Amino acid sequence: MAAVDYIEMKIPAKPEFVGVTRLTLSGIASRMGFSYEIIEDLKIATSEAITNAVQHAYKGEEGEVLIGFGMHDDHLEVVVSDNGESFDFHKTKELLGPYIDHSVEFLREGGLGLYLIETLMDEVKVHQNEGITLFMTKYLEGEQVEMDAETVST
Amino acid sequence: MNISIDIREQELQTIITLAGEIDAYTAPKLRETAFPYTEKQHANVVMDLSGVSYMDSTGLGVFVGLFKSLNANEGTLKLVGLSDRLKRLFDITGLADIMNINTVAEGGVE
Repeated sequence: MAAVDYIEMKIPAKPEFVGVTRLTLSGIASRMGFSYEIIEDLKIATSEAITNAVQHAYKGEEGEVLIGFGMHDDHLEVVVSDNGESFDFHKTKELLGPYIDHSVEFLREGGLGLYLIETLMDEVKVHQNEGITLFMTKYLEGEQVEMDAETVST
Repeated sequence: MNISIDIREQELQTIITLAGEIDAYTAPKLRETAFPYTEKQHANVVMDLSGVSYMDSTGLGVFVGLFKSLNANEGTLKLVGLSDRLKRLFDITGLADIMNINTVAEGGVE
């Protein structure tokens, strides 16, 4: 396999910069040949990951979120990392999912982000150390593999 | 990378027309602006999303909040003008089965 082109950016952990990352991602995914539909999925999954990092990691304190894009021959790997306080991914994940209970009282106003990441990406891995790092993979057409998220502990 | 919110109060309904991106940055503004219109008794709120170019779970969260508030006050929420992209987001999260959404902008929402 050819050498991987890697692009990295670091943004302040503030909501106004999530959209800036989307613009970069659009360019990268478009360069790799992803379709419009898949690029839109990538934008949502990546935004969800960054939004989580921004909202959970720092709780009002200043911080940074690192976003890396690994451009492989047949897939794009998006890495989103914060070094702040991590949230319990698996515990949080258990609470998530599509809305299947139709009662209005049941509806949550937040928490669909991780569910969307898992639904829209082909592979999701979590690395939990100082903070939390999310590895999300999307294959170019025809190579999709369904996989559950797993934690790689150190 | 911003949102515009246009609100028109009519006799029987309030029409809120959105354009731009709904994400972590713009969602709080949308919630603050639209929420007061959901707190009146029997309010009918129509939100036209035909100008929304991007939305993620932060936007879904806002609509769930508005929906709950309207329900508590015996009002209704109708989302119209959804693109296929937005419709899909409501489908995969299960919200399409719960909320009143429509892909075409209806009469009265020009």
